[in-house]
Amino acid sequence: MSARRIFARPARLAAIAPYVWMVLFFLVPFGFVLKISLSQTAIAQPPYEPVFDLMAGWGALKAAFAALSIDNFKLLASDDIYVFAYVRSLIVAVTATALLLLIGYPIAYGMARLPARWQAVAMVLVIVPFWTSFLIRIYAWINILQHDGLLNQILLALHLVSQPVVWLSTDSAMYIGIVYSYLPFMILPLYATLAKMEPVLEEAASDLGAPRWQVFWLVTFPLSLPGVGAGVLLCFIPIVGEFVIPDLLAGSNSLMIGQTLWLEFFTNKDWPVASAAAIVLLVVLLVPLLLYERLQKRQLEQGR
Amino acid sequence: MRKVSRLSRFNVASLALGLAFLYLPILILVIYSFNASRLVTVWGGWSLRWYHEFFNDRAMIEAAWMSLRVAVSSATIATLIGTLAAVALSRGERFRGRTLFSGMLYAPLVMPEVITGLSLLLLFVALNAERGFWTVTIAHTTLTMCFVAVVVQSRLGSLDRSLEEAAMDLGCDPMRAFVAVTLPLIAPAIVAGWMLAFTLSLDDLVIASFTTGPGSATLPIRIYSEVRLGVKPEINAICTLVIALIAVVIVIASLASKLSSSQGESAAPL
Repeated sequence: MSARRIFARPARLAAIAPYVWMVLFFLVPFGFVLKISLSQTAIAQPPYEPVFDLMAGWGALKAAFAALSIDNFKLLASDDIYVFAYVRSLIVAVTATALLLLIGYPIAYGMARLPARWQAVAMVLVIVPFWTSFLIRIYAWINILQHDGLLNQILLALHLVSQPVVWLSTDSAMYIGIVYSYLPFMILPLYATLAKMEPVLEEAASDLGAPRWQVFWLVTFPLSLPGVGAGVLLCFIPIVGEFVIPDLLAGSNSLMIGQTLWLEFFTNKDWPVASAAAIVLLVVLLVPLLLYERLQKRQLEQGR
Repeated sequence: MRKVSRLSRFNVASLALGLAFLYLPILILVIYSFNASRLVTVWGGWSLRWYHEFFNDRAMIEAAWMSLRVAVSSATIATLIGTLAAVALSRGERFRGRTLFSGMLYAPLVMPEVITGLSLLLLFVALNAERGFWTVTIAHTTLTMCFVAVVVQSRLGSLDRSLEEAAMDLGCDPMRAFVAVTLPLIAPAIVAGWMLAFTLSLDDLVIASFTTGPGSATLPIRIYSEVRLGVKPEINAICTLVIALIAVVIVIASLASKLSSSQGESAAPL
């Protein structure tokens, strides 16, 4: 038997602890979300019914099962607030991801063209802001965007505007916040593919007479598509469910689904509707999630 | 092959603008935390007034202490379990339930936090667990161990496996080979994974809001409720302290990984 095979046996045993942990704290909880999404709100502790009680005997359990219903999902589908929230979440996520790609690509491209020594430095520089707190970075922008904040002071001083512009509680503020927070997630996978690309390919294309934009469009961009895919998924999926950024930077007249879920849960204490909203969100994200997993798996398991 | 710099003016400009965009807001925040003026936007000279205010704010200090405790414990548990997961995935070859296993590890990386938070809360309620330090710690461990697993796995994947095999050919049993050969080689990634887990936990608002109980708010929860009421100079000071803490952690960890990896290979991505 090869050393590799002998090594694999204890390595498999290492899976036990994380396996049990993830089943218990990741998989099983979804069962609870599903069950409670089929329950009704109740003024009780916990605030929903039926409550399954395994000690209550078979009859009670059967009655509890019979009390489950899909009313919450019907509510979600018929109430405009929720439908709009889902549509808005998707629109925001698509727009923000497109902006991220437009802004992130030139930066990643610039990084990949730096001399090797500087590439490592640039990569650290892109990662470091990611390490500083997410909430802090949003808060930093509130500082800048508020009524008498730095941005308005600069605009006024340059006579670009005659009155302070309202930035906070607008969609533009939200997009600035999202782009700012997710930029490293877009840049890093893009950079990873662009840096691996053979420069000879671009040189050959331009030697053969292709103008710059054609070299980019016909050679560079198609070859960077795996990175584009990873970056897009890495940003799109969490943005759909984003809560903090729209809550602090966007106006309160149109909500994203993460905000509605939060509101139902914390303000209205309607756990069943919040759970149903989570289930629908999960279903919406299922396809991109599966795509992302395949990509991640391929990247990590088939060598890089 | 000759290596010419192929930087165009466009490349340089986009790099400079991109880095400015990433760093200016944080820089402004740090500078304004030393502002003497109560008005956040008017510069009133340098002062440590807001730091003083923070250290006299008992509720904030308690929240900060809670956050630190959660971050250290959850990062430590997550590093242990996450490393095990990485070893199983990259050295375990095929095993039953492997697809589900890797799926459960990769999904939380992008899963919207509201879903993770809500589902864990419902579990804790069903188990009748008292919510507070431990529930938040478990929730954070669940999220951050996945990041640790990815960071360590990518290091394991780039490792030359013949080293382990040589150790075993020379008579080590697998356990011995792992501890003597593999572990020192992946140590920088493990350190990086711990750091990442620590900062993610310190940073998290959404999952902590769902899984904590009354009376045990974490720092982001406190900051969030203050920020909703408007900008306060004290928050600038707290944020600057958090940034400083994270900077210290990064420097220590990168020094540690430099010391332990004499090959000079860079640590893990992210």
